[in-house]
Amino acid sequence: MTDRLLPAGFAELEPFAGTWCLATETERYARRMASSMEEMRTFYDAFFPRLEEAVAHCDTFPLDALPEDARRLLQLVYSLVMVSMSIEIFHQPKAVDAADAEIERVREPVP
Amino acid sequence: MSRLPKPPEGSWTEHYPELGTAPVSYEDSISPEFYELEREAIFRRAWLNVGRVEQLPRKGSYFTKEVRVARTSVVVVRDGGGGVRAFFNVCRHRGNKLVWDEFPGEETSGFCRQFTCKYHGWRYGLDGALNFVQQEGEFFDLDKEDFGLVPVHCEVWAGFIFVNLAREPEQSLHDFLGPMVTALDGYPFDKMTERFYYRAEVGANWKLYMDAFQEFYHAPVLHAKQTPAKFSTAAQQSGFEAPHYQLDGPHRLVSTSGIVAWELASDMRKPMEDITRSGLFGPWDGPELGEMPPGLNPAGCDPWGLDSFQLWPNFVILIWSGGWYLTYQYWPTSYNTHTFEGNLYFVPARNARERVAHEMAAVTFKEYGLQDGNTLEATQMSLESRAVTHFPLNDQEILCRHLHKVAADWVEDYKKNHTEV
Repeated sequence: MTDRLLPAGFAELEPFAGTWCLATETERYARRMASSMEEMRTFYDAFFPRLEEAVAHCDTFPLDALPEDARRLLQLVYSLVMVSMSIEIFHQPKAVDAADAEIERVREPVP
Repeated sequence: MSRLPKPPEGSWTEHYPELGTAPVSYEDSISPEFYELEREAIFRRAWLNVGRVEQLPRKGSYFTKEVRVARTSVVVVRDGGGGVRAFFNVCRHRGNKLVWDEFPGEETSGFCRQFTCKYHGWRYGLDGALNFVQQEGEFFDLDKEDFGLVPVHCEVWAGFIFVNLAREPEQSLHDFLGPMVTALDGYPFDKMTERFYYRAEVGANWKLYMDAFQEFYHAPVLHAKQTPAKFSTAAQQSGFEAPHYQLDGPHRLVSTSGIVAWELASDMRKPMEDITRSGLFGPWDGPELGEMPPGLNPAGCDPWGLDSFQLWPNFVILIWSGGWYLTYQYWPTSYNTHTFEGNLYFVPARNARERVAHEMAAVTFKEYGLQDGNTLEATQMSLESRAVTHFPLNDQEILCRHLHKVAADWVEDYKKNHTEV
């Protein structure tokens, strides 16, 4: 028995799993807004070099039959996409010149 | 100095002389009186898209649509014969809203065998027939035949469900859409069933938000900070020109040439785009869709970017060269507010890599939308000051000019027909 959340080959990302394995865009966007740039930079720097491997790992299973740990890894990839907007482009959590504008994702594909 | 060819008249705008070239007033976007006229003159006369057939997967599937500008709620349902029907969402007994969940103003969807009113339990079939009246014997000469749900005119084109709130629509849906739009017939909308659905409450008139998405002159400036500095600088220096604009009755389109993202220098792209092979324009490795309908890419651009079909009054179908499409709907809620809906549709991902590419496109779409939304609220506020009343529109803004003209024409036409009585 282990309490790991992610596939075995991604052990160094376990510290981020509790925070960033989130099922919906609404949760991921809210977490991004509530995070500091330092927190997101740490996550991005740790995960970005392994992103390609993470997607490849998920692709060893059918998309509609992902094991739990791979499903969480895919959620972590979605979170990295979310965080990359702040890290690569805006250098702040929110889009530049967007102030208090909000757009809600009401429905999305699962997973 | 334009780089792309223009019509013989010298500009797209002059190609359609009825538009004129004078500065345009936006009084139609800041006037509560004009908004009151739009209710009847536009939203109770035009065909309105309320969704797609995939939202009604089986017999008994339904959804409601709040059309607040017309003070109306509509329930759309897949009936027993597999057809799509729409009804005014009103119980015939005491006028309660028939289909809703917890909050009367919120839309809902689901599946049922019949509709049951929450108030006194009257029940209606999927064909709208009144099937059951609680304590029927207490009523006086009540014939259930006479108290079915009131139908709303409802027609489907290319899987898009449209309703018309008029007692008798002036045109069939097909005639209303006209040749430019129906030339999209045959596009595989029905294959693109993976859907990302966004909503936003926007503090701006619905037409101002349509304007924001029907010209791309703004893109290199407003969205400069969405791309690496080198790309933004190049984009601002070259500016934006579309190779093709077209008007057909109340509808309009803009077609653009494409950028081949993966042929750009890598410092023109975001690192995440390189791994996901996706971005604002969608996945770089799109699905194979076969032959495209004649209405698509009307200028024959190569590389082609997108076609944005602006369907009067409040519906946009934007088809990307990468094999996916977006729809926008703008539902007015007052003269200076509206609800925005954006849907992204993809051929369903076959694996995680494709799904991640879709996620990248969807997340990027929202970042741009946030900037547009914020700017539009600023525009609304400053227009309402009426410090300036007329605004110059350039040739790349021809579709904005056309939208405001059509709105004025429809309101004028309505006023004429209602004062002669």
